[in-house]
Amino acid sequence: MTEGTTAVQIDSSETVHRIVNDFSITFGTTNGSGSQTANTTLLRAICHMGIPVSGKNIFPSNIQGLPTWYTIRVNKHGYLARKEISEIVIAMNPASFLKDVQSLPVGGVLFYADDIRLPIGREDITIYPMPVKKLAKEADAPSNLRDYIANMVYVGVVAQLLFIDLELIRKALDFHFKGKQKAVDSNFNVVLAGAAWAAANLVKKDPYRIEPMHETEGCILVDGNTAGALGAIFGGIQFAAWYPITPASTMPEALNEYLPLLRKDSETGRHTYAVVQAEDELAAAGMAVGAGWAGLRSMTATSGPGLSLMAEYAGLAYFSEVPIVIWDIQRVGPATGLPTRTAQGDLTEAAFFSHGDTQHVILLPGSVGECFEFGWKAFDLAERLQTPVFVLSDLDLGMNVWLSDRFVYPDRPMDRGKVLWEKDLETLGGEWSRYLDVDGDGITYRTIPGNRHSRSGYFTRGTGHDENARYSEEPEVWERNILRLARKYETAREYVPRPISQIQPGAKFGILAYGSTQSAIDEARDTLREEGIPTDFMRIRALPFTNDIGQFIDSHERIIVIELNRDGQMHQLLKIQFSDQCDKLISAAHVDGLPLTARWVVDQVKAQEVK
Amino acid sequence: MTDQATLNAPRSAVNLVGLARADYKGAASTLCQGCGHNSIANQIITACYELNLVPENVIKFSGIGCSSKSPTYFLSRSFAFNGLHGRMPSLALGAMFGDIHLKGIGVSGDGDTASIGMGQFKHLVRRNLPMVYIVENNGVYGLTKGQFAPTAEKGLSLKKQGTNPYLPVDIALEALVANATFVARSFAGDAKQVKELIKAAISHNGIAVLDIISPCVTFNNQDEAVHSYTWGKDHEAPLHDISFIPAADEITVEDFEEGTTKEVTLHDGSMVVLKKLEKDYDPTDRWQALHMLDEAQKNNWLVTGLIYVNPFAPSLFEYFHLPDQPLNRLTERQLRPAPETMDKVNAMFY
Repeated sequence: MTEGTTAVQIDSSETVHRIVNDFSITFGTTNGSGSQTANTTLLRAICHMGIPVSGKNIFPSNIQGLPTWYTIRVNKHGYLARKEISEIVIAMNPASFLKDVQSLPVGGVLFYADDIRLPIGREDITIYPMPVKKLAKEADAPSNLRDYIANMVYVGVVAQLLFIDLELIRKALDFHFKGKQKAVDSNFNVVLAGAAWAAANLVKKDPYRIEPMHETEGCILVDGNTAGALGAIFGGIQFAAWYPITPASTMPEALNEYLPLLRKDSETGRHTYAVVQAEDELAAAGMAVGAGWAGLRSMTATSGPGLSLMAEYAGLAYFSEVPIVIWDIQRVGPATGLPTRTAQGDLTEAAFFSHGDTQHVILLPGSVGECFEFGWKAFDLAERLQTPVFVLSDLDLGMNVWLSDRFVYPDRPMDRGKVLWEKDLETLGGEWSRYLDVDGDGITYRTIPGNRHSRSGYFTRGTGHDENARYSEEPEVWERNILRLARKYETAREYVPRPISQIQPGAKFGILAYGSTQSAIDEARDTLREEGIPTDFMRIRALPFTNDIGQFIDSHERIIVIELNRDGQMHQLLKIQFSDQCDKLISAAHVDGLPLTARWVVDQVKAQEVK
Repeated sequence: MTDQATLNAPRSAVNLVGLARADYKGAASTLCQGCGHNSIANQIITACYELNLVPENVIKFSGIGCSSKSPTYFLSRSFAFNGLHGRMPSLALGAMFGDIHLKGIGVSGDGDTASIGMGQFKHLVRRNLPMVYIVENNGVYGLTKGQFAPTAEKGLSLKKQGTNPYLPVDIALEALVANATFVARSFAGDAKQVKELIKAAISHNGIAVLDIISPCVTFNNQDEAVHSYTWGKDHEAPLHDISFIPAADEITVEDFEEGTTKEVTLHDGSMVVLKKLEKDYDPTDRWQALHMLDEAQKNNWLVTGLIYVNPFAPSLFEYFHLPDQPLNRLTERQLRPAPETMDKVNAMFY
């Protein structure tokens, strides 16, 4: 490993006190300045040094000009949730400079672009000015790229002072620019210039260091939207329709990126899929329903406002029993809300989506690995159950890059559900009924357009229909059908992913949670245990609820339901399902647009401990 | 079998695919006696029978409204999806990807297409999905009992609604502006023209919009109303006398007087022969079509016939490089990347 171009000058007092692989760095930059490349380059290099690391982007709903922050958390224990405080700040944006400086704790470290001429006013932190403009100018880059290149100055300076391997920075740039040597070189030269300047001109006075570990071998760095798209591809996706919306767009964009690589027919070179950008979410849902009805593995991806527009078609799909997969990458609502911030606020909407009596199957991925897994499983469930399957991810999971175990190839063949093709109809002598519950599980048999048997066709409608799909307004026909749909939802309990639980001996509290809050809860539980408050934890992965959840509630005196919304939506759903145990269920819900922190979880549990 | 021969055939006769006309029927209509939609359903039945279509190779689509009920009344052996109000286009677009060898026939109404569904309609048109899109246009909301539809003429008075203050939407014009590749207008009272246009529309490789004035006998059939039988019969001004010639048939020149016809060959080799009436009209000239519709609007003419056709525009599917085998017949082996690709994918993320 090469530590910079020359040895770091170290203040002799620093040797006494070192903080290794346990701190956060926040980069305060300007949106649209290309800082994302710089930040993920550092993230990737640290990961390649074997240290658990996470990156969270707190960005504005804006293309260029507003302040944006990116936080890298380095943690030797593998705690990768957001922390309230970053010990190190890289201040590149005059507009947020004073706020960024104020955010530092006592003993924190400030790196700043020395062209920002604002009072720092802190005696209790370490301060490193960086001649960003000067070094960027000397880099001799084209003027239109100068701003982008400038960010590489801080990459070099920070790498030098924190002991990040510069060779791994180069490798990370190589990864980012997909091997385009010219781009790699022009960026890396600025990194080297920054590092060399720091070596010659700065004396390290802070205690923070990165030292190599071996904790990330066999891991990948990926965002949940890409992971979900890849999961869908390995799930045999055949059709996707979508409409651009933050924070979901990167999922269909990932489909467009990876489908041509993975799903060209080896013999004909033809595409075994179609992706259509629709005119709006009404149409995206309609296209997905049409394709699902026509026998394709079909999905759409959206976020809250788009989901609301899909209510109409989702209700039709539920009632006419069409398999589709709807990914909702949740952002903060209601209304346009906070489009670039995270929440878990669409749960109750999705659970009872659309008018009339509906109940929906919902998957709740808690990691990027699970986004991949549910990417393919959602199709199996949708086709098995002939119903819409919702996958509720969120902005934090979907758009941020997470350290993850490698993706695991599907462990079972595709489940295409109860489909009758020509030979099946021949066997049946053409006798079949689209909505007749032959097997007693509420799931009926379907045929698919293109089936050439003369008895294959049927009339699909959103109006009342009998077992043979004929229009009917008969009261008993309506009730029979709608009750069968309820029975089908009961059957779904056997198929959905079961929750995952973690037990600590002597726990009084049970924690129920779901989705992206897992990392904060894992960290909080370790802290609580150290403080003498052991907890059990169950992470819910799907609706309808399985028996395991009832048993978990049964076996604890108190259950804290933790989630990122105002009203405690999972808490509400649990109270409906487990109404006899309502008194035990305590809601700890909170939404401010930011990912959950371990500190908040610890405080919530302790508050209950006191009661 | 020539077109003329089919017309003269006894009703029990079977066509080239061994089916009788009765095999193309649907359930009994529950629409009003005399509703224009019923006669259109009948012409769809005859057109499909005469074109020797196999019902299983057709998918029917509709939105919501009286018009959208009508797919029940033809081709009962075909798959059908009666979807949502104004949202048939998106449903059809997704469904047609399942097996691109199937024919799509959509039936909508003027409210379904030109009011709640205007956005989806125009986007379907600009994407050029190969399907027949019939608008049964009666200028009124029938199923909700007689409110103004967006195609109702300005000044129309309806019993409980008062007088319509707004200018009407011209569906053919909207289709043309959205770059439709086949636009026709007809009148449910002109059965022969309706049938010939439906045949041509089915043979067109792209979106084929048929705006068919289809009187509502219950709510909007006053003699002076633009969408009434009386007004239509008195004002219909056909652009030409249209005949459809299937691809397999040889055209005998003596059937038509030289210099009086214009022929348009469609994508599948079939041909539309347009016999000149009062004026010269070239339906392959989009600008002339726009001009003609504008004139018709100003002069209150019910101009019918093939308004515009471009048989060679690429259809939606040509952009997708799909296999010949229907997408919905692909097997797991074709759809799920092989296990060894998993390592390659993982390697992309470290």
